[in-house]
This record gives sequence, structure tokens and C-alpha cells, in this order.
Amino acid sequence: MNLDVIVNLLVNGLATGMLIFLLASGLSLIFGLMDVLNFSHGGLFAWGAYMGVWVYVSTGSFLLAVVGAVLGGVAIGFILERWIIRPIYGNHLQQILVTLGVMLVLSELLKVFWGPNPLNAAVPPYLDGSWQLGGIILIKYRLFIIIVGILLLVGIQLLLTRTKLGLVVRAGVLNKEMVQALGYNIKRIFSIVFMLGAGMAALGGVLLAPYSGVIFSEMGMQFAILAFIVVVIGGMGSVQGSAVASVLVGLSGAFMAYYVPDLSLAVNMLLMVLVLLIKPSGLYGLKR
Amino acid sequence: MTLLKVEEIETYIEQYHILQGISFEVLKGEITVLFGRNGAGKTTTLRSVMGLSPISKGQITFRGENIGSLPTYEIARRGIGYVPEDQGIFKDLTVEENMRISILKRDESALEKLEWILNLFPDLKTLWHRKSGLLSGGQKQMLALARAYVGDNELLLVDEPSKGLAPIMVEKVMQAIEQMKEKTTVVLVEQNFFMASTIGDRFYIVDEGRIVHHGLMQELKEDEDARKKYLGIA
Ligand SMILES: Nc1ncnc2c1ncn2[C@@H]1O[C@H](COP(=O)(O)OP(=O)(O)OP(=O)(O)O)[C@@H](O)[C@H]1O
Ligand SMILES: [Mg+2]
Repeated sequence: MNLDVIVNLLVNGLATGMLIFLLASGLSLIFGLMDVLNFSHGGLFAWGAYMGVWVYVSTGSFLLAVVGAVLGGVAIGFILERWIIRPIYGNHLQQILVTLGVMLVLSELLKVFWGPNPLNAAVPPYLDGSWQLGGIILIKYRLFIIIVGILLLVGIQLLLTRTKLGLVVRAGVLNKEMVQALGYNIKRIFSIVFMLGAGMAALGGVLLAPYSGVIFSEMGMQFAILAFIVVVIGGMGSVQGSAVASVLVGLSGAFMAYYVPDLSLAVNMLLMVLVLLIKPSGLYGLKR
Repeated sequence: MTLLKVEEIETYIEQYHILQGISFEVLKGEITVLFGRNGAGKTTTLRSVMGLSPISKGQITFRGENIGSLPTYEIARRGIGYVPEDQGIFKDLTVEENMRISILKRDESALEKLEWILNLFPDLKTLWHRKSGLLSGGQKQMLALARAYVGDNELLLVDEPSKGLAPIMVEKVMQAIEQMKEKTTVVLVEQNFFMASTIGDRFYIVDEGRIVHHGLMQELKEDEDARKKYLGIA
């Protein structure tokens, strides 16, 4: 085996893992806190990509593109939670149907605004290119994604462990009624978590755009499926579980795609089934 | 002074008519005990006051304000603390985190209350950074009581704190509740007549979603017939 290949597969796997994590951690908290099955998350991912590319093309600033995409994602998240998710609390069947519908609508709206054809997305010049490290080529932008992912992971962990909001969210995942009996408006907290999750999904999208070079309205689908697998493997409601499972799925995806391309999705499914058999609540799943 | 007044409340859980007109009054500074057999509706009564099982009829007045239609978190913020039957401990959080989440405003009076309750339950101090899921049953009960107490509450609703505890622990918990009475008003659900009768001021007996008897605890202690009839004990 070639070291160059292995390092690159590692980098690819980690970068993909981080992008999945951005989707999965939000999904996981949204489910853990309010039992809401949300299939529209992939749509936010695609919207993040489109909004980011649009801002980048019109301003030339990648930073503005990222900020714009995240803010846009938070705004869409606000609208979704307030008017679409809130009325269907507690009804899983409705949640599946409605959020799948939302996913389709979000994706169709992209075509309305930006046309049916895929758009090109460029890597900003200062993140373009690669470094040579003793014969190994490291693509800068992929390392950038990994760093952003790690920073976010640390940020979320700090938010969850060092702030009152984080404490209430962790408690809410464990016992929703008790959190309310202690004086917290769980619905408001959930709105905040939903918006944060939406912002992170959009961030995932805008970061993926230059990575894959081209964006299209259904691009969220594939990542949303991976994110769901990750949430199941990691355990609903656990950000830590999402992080570990994202890296696992990202890496297995990268290596399988190289060595046995036909099996790459199957392996993730297999991983999920295995975890479900051994620990049905997921790797870091909580017993409630 | 009447702190809490519950008038003819009715509560449905799904299609079941669980509470069929419960009324009772809680005086400030007293311990009011709700007795009743399994399934009588005691827990549902506390949950209804807390807004967790919303009432469909009747009135709940706390400190002169109608709280019957408020959401749970608003009721909690008015000053009612709840210790559920299963204690409602956040098992994955530490003792410290369980306590901290209950303190909405970290002011001087909150810190005073914290100090007072930790003196009453010194065990909690030594377990401060332990995951609360690892605590023993008795320690969990103390944590649940302490947590409800440090919230800025004037009234505590405590559901069967003796459940599943060894007799010696039951005594300890009852003594603690008696001491907490100096600082706060308590509604106590209890099946253990002998324990509750030593600390209770007033009692109500719940049966099939109604109050079938009530009065001063002293009267019940002296009234063997009533004890036999309603509680099945001599
Ligand atoms: N979720 C529910 N669905 C249907 N019936 C319920 C539900 N919760 C409680 N009940 C019924 O309501 C009645 C009152 O229950 P509740 O828990 O208030 O009794 P309790 O007096 O607290 O009993 P225990 O001493 O056993 O705790 C019972 O008959 C119970 O079966
Ligand atoms: Mg009960």
C-alpha cells in the first residue's frame, strides 16, 4: 500500500466526516430534545451551498459567503420551526411526511431561484492548491474543512458543557418534563437548537460547495442519508456520538470508495445494523 | 394564609377521566398530606397542579393568582417546586449540574438556600461532582428534594419520597422534610401513614379521583374508624 494514498484517503474521509457531522449533530439534538424526526435538514444543506455560492460570486468574499449562508440557514430554520415543525410536535408520521415534503419544496425552490442546471463553485484563491510534505500531496481546502469541523466540534462541546443553555439542552434530552418543571420554556430552547442546527447544516453546504466544485439542488440528499446513519450509529441526542460516528462513516466511505467502490454505502448500512444489534440506542445513546 | 387552593379540578389522561373533582387547600408553612391507595389519583393531582397533566375543569389558585391554564414552566416560575415519584433526576448530569439547573437566578438568597440545604444533606456535598445516575436511591431522593428547594420556591410538591427506600432512609427523608418545613410549604403524597402522620399538619384522602375525607392530621391519628375505613389500617 502506498502511504500517499492512505494519507489522502484519511484526509478525504475526515473532511467528509466533518461535513456529515455538521448535519448530524443538529439532527441528533433536534431528535434528542423534542423527538422530532426532521428530514428537511438536507434541504438546508443545499440552501447553504447555493446561498454561499451566490454571495461568493457577487461579493468575491468567501468569508461573507460563509456568514451569509449560515445566517440564511438560521433564518430558514426559524421559519421552518415556527410554522411547520411546531404544529406537528409529537406526531412522527406527520413529521416524516411533512419534513420530506419540505425537503422537496426547498430543493424545487432552489431551481426556481437559480435555475435547473448545476452551478460551479470555486475554491477561494488563498485556500486553493496543495502542500507537498515529503512526497505526499495535501489539498489545502480539505485540511481547511477538517480544521473548521474540529473548531465547531470544540465550540459545540463548550456550549453544551460550559453554558446554562447547554446545561438545559443536555437536561432536556434526558427529561423534558422535569426541565419545564424547573421553570424553563422547552419550546423556546428547542427553537434555538433548531436554528443552530439549521445554521450548521447550511455551513456544511457552503463548505462542501468548493470541495465538490459543483452544486445542484438535490445535493443534500446523499449527505442527509449519511447524517441519518450517523445519528443512529452515534445515538440520538448525543453530539459526541455524532462526532465519532461521522468520522467513522466518513473514513469508511473514503476507504471503501477507493478499494471497493460498489460497497461504500452498503458498508455504512452494515455498520448501522451492527451497532443497532449490539447497542440499539447507538454508541453514545442515552438510556432514558 | 391560603397559599394554594385547588377547586373541583377534573383531569383526563387521553380518554380516561382520572380526576373527577378534586379540591384541597394548602396553608402557608404547613405540610399537607395526600393519602390514597395505588391508582387513586395522587400523582395525577400533583401533575395537574404543575400543569403537566392539564386540567379540563376547575380552578387552581396560587398566591391569589389563577394558574390553572398556565404552561408548566410558568407555574414553576411562580414558585412551585416539584419532586416527582421517580425523582426526575437528570442521570447523566452531575449532582452539581442537577442543582445548578434549578437555580434560575444566582443571587444571595439562592446561595443561602443552597448552603442551608447542603447542611441538611451533607452527603450531597461529598457527591458533588458524581454523576447523579450513580447515586443510591436515598441519595437520589435527597438530591431531588434539594433541587426543588433551591429553586426560588414557596411551595414544594413531593410525590411519595419514601417509595423504595429502606426504613431507616425513610425516616431520614421524613425528618429532612420536617426541617424543610421551617423554610417552605409542602404538599406530600404518601402511602406510609405512620411516617406521614408524624410530620403532617393536615390530610386529604384521595380515592378514585375524588377527595373522600380530610381534616387535621391530629384528628386522623385519633380516629381509628376513619383510618380503617379509608386507609385500611388500624
Ligand atoms: N398515562 C396514563 N394513561 C392511562 N391511565 C393513566 C395514565 N397515568 C395514570 N393513569 C391512571 O390514572 C389513575 C391515577 O393514577 P396516579 O398515578 O395518579 O395514581 P397514584 O394515586 O399516584 O397511584 P400510586 O400510589 O400507585 O402512585 C390510575 O388508575 C392510573 O392507571
Ligand atoms: Mg403516584
